[in-house]
Amino acid sequence: MPVKGEYMGMALTIDDLDGENLDFFRYCSEGDFRLQRGKQSGLLRYPPATACPWTSDRESEWVSVEAKGTVHSYVEVHHPIQPAFKEKIPYMILLVDLDTQKGEPTADEALRVAGNLVTTDGEFASPDIIKAVGIGTRVRMVFTNVTDEFALPQWTVDGDAEQPDEPWRYPQE
Amino acid sequence: MTLSSVNEADTSTEKFLRGKYAICGVGETTYRRGSNETTRALGTWAVKNAMDDAGMTADDVDGMLSYSGNDSTFSTFIAGDLGIRLNFYMDVHGGGSSTEALIGIAIGVIEAGMCKTVAIFRAMNGYSSVRIGGTGARSAVPIVGDQIHHRAYGWQSAGQMFAPTFLRHMYDYGTTPEQVAGVKVAHSKHASNNPKAYYKTRYTVDDVVNSRIICKPLHLLDCCVETDNATCIIVTRLDRARDCKNPPAVIQSVVGRCCKPRIDMHYQHGPISTVAGHYAKDILWPNAGVGPEDIDVTGSYDAFTFTTMLQLEDYGFCKKGEGGDYVSSGIIELGGDRPNNTSGGHLCEGYTHGMNMVIENTRQLRGEIDDSCPVGPDGKKQHTYDYSEGGCRQVKDAELTANLGWAMPGTGSAMVMAKDAR
Repeated sequence: MPVKGEYMGMALTIDDLDGENLDFFRYCSEGDFRLQRGKQSGLLRYPPATACPWTSDRESEWVSVEAKGTVHSYVEVHHPIQPAFKEKIPYMILLVDLDTQKGEPTADEALRVAGNLVTTDGEFASPDIIKAVGIGTRVRMVFTNVTDEFALPQWTVDGDAEQPDEPWRYPQE
Repeated sequence: MTLSSVNEADTSTEKFLRGKYAICGVGETTYRRGSNETTRALGTWAVKNAMDDAGMTADDVDGMLSYSGNDSTFSTFIAGDLGIRLNFYMDVHGGGSSTEALIGIAIGVIEAGMCKTVAIFRAMNGYSSVRIGGTGARSAVPIVGDQIHHRAYGWQSAGQMFAPTFLRHMYDYGTTPEQVAGVKVAHSKHASNNPKAYYKTRYTVDDVVNSRIICKPLHLLDCCVETDNATCIIVTRLDRARDCKNPPAVIQSVVGRCCKPRIDMHYQHGPISTVAGHYAKDILWPNAGVGPEDIDVTGSYDAFTFTTMLQLEDYGFCKKGEGGDYVSSGIIELGGDRPNNTSGGHLCEGYTHGMNMVIENTRQLRGEIDDSCPVGPDGKKQHTYDYSEGGCRQVKDAELTANLGWAMPGTGSAMVMAKDAR
């Protein structure tokens, strides 16, 4: 069965043939961030894919991954394109280097996982929170439920982590 | 520019069909908002203009290529309307970076004997129908499967998708918004000398950095214009091109949709402040037999000010990380050492998914830029090389051009063209 959900007024659909995405988002709905690990390479990959980018191996298994990391780069949107986000501006999309597998298998590679900057409760971050987040900020994952079998990974500032004195921000506020 | 490098390119080698094919005709519609015409009518108009430019009739064209994102009309209608009987056609999916890639495909199918002459067109109502910026119809569609990983986060439009690369370049190399604004300053100067440009106003660095933020680091004036238009480029073998009405622009090298690793989600493979030109340059320059230092005019895709800068840097026009200095130094302006996008490009002339930059460089190589300079008794433009507002746009002695096409940070295309040495 396809999984359909409505999120902020947007119709999200995972086709019943799309096993990789069905699995990924179902694990998220269980609060379990899992990535595929290639059988031959032992390397994790993101986003879900049908083979291993390093070995072309089609065999993989889902492995739970600690979803903590550092902001590698970001988008801060002030002019919304999608109607769903009109009420949310400004909002941030973070591209986060997971600690797991950072710099592997080559120095500039990382599992760079996208998500919005949200509060620990999953609400979109306020402008004040946004202004304190930039490249270098330590974040952890939280999940936003779309349906019972489908949740979106999101990012929130990791209150337990040591934070940089001043994360790098675009110079104009 | 060194003449010796052109001669070397033309005489030394069979390498990858260097110097064997040419652009023999170019044409476009006007650049408007609110065309009140179908993409079929626009496409027909542009292809006919390119045929007229080449001095060709319907019997002389037997191949057709087009690209679109489901926002155009297929080749069959355009060819049918113009009475062109096709021996080959193909309509491919794609946007920026398609232009140079399709020129390469045209060379390949002609070389394979499938046809003799290929008209490549892009027709779009990019403002009044399917908006290129992603608003309207593009943002209203259901979000399915793999798209959930970005669109569900409000990460959809081109500016939003590319922003992590742009910001990371600022972080990695200290590039400033003021430096990058130099691209808009240059292209707007060029557009002010282009009677057909949609925006002809000249802008300053202050104008750019004080315009409203769309998504950081992009201000409104860092983003290109959305317009309704069609454009066409006709490719044929050099010997045939020499029989055409206008001088050929000789194709020295072409790279098509060259990608970074992990093109399913290129941000997985760093450095993310490096773009596909880093890989494409190793095909482009050896095949052309010249290097960036030999080039007189560039056409680096300006969907955004940043895309122009990133490509010039990764194709080797300056050292890695020094793109901000390069684009703010005056080099890329008319009158500078290597002007970029002399038509005003996507930022100012109009948005064509890359076509107008190749059209412009074809005209530069002919010495027949369509500026406001007077036409002499021989019917040719008498260029003044006075680049002040409303003046000349022709680059003096332009003999080698480079086009750098962009789809996204992870995918690019490129082409080197030369003035016919004959």
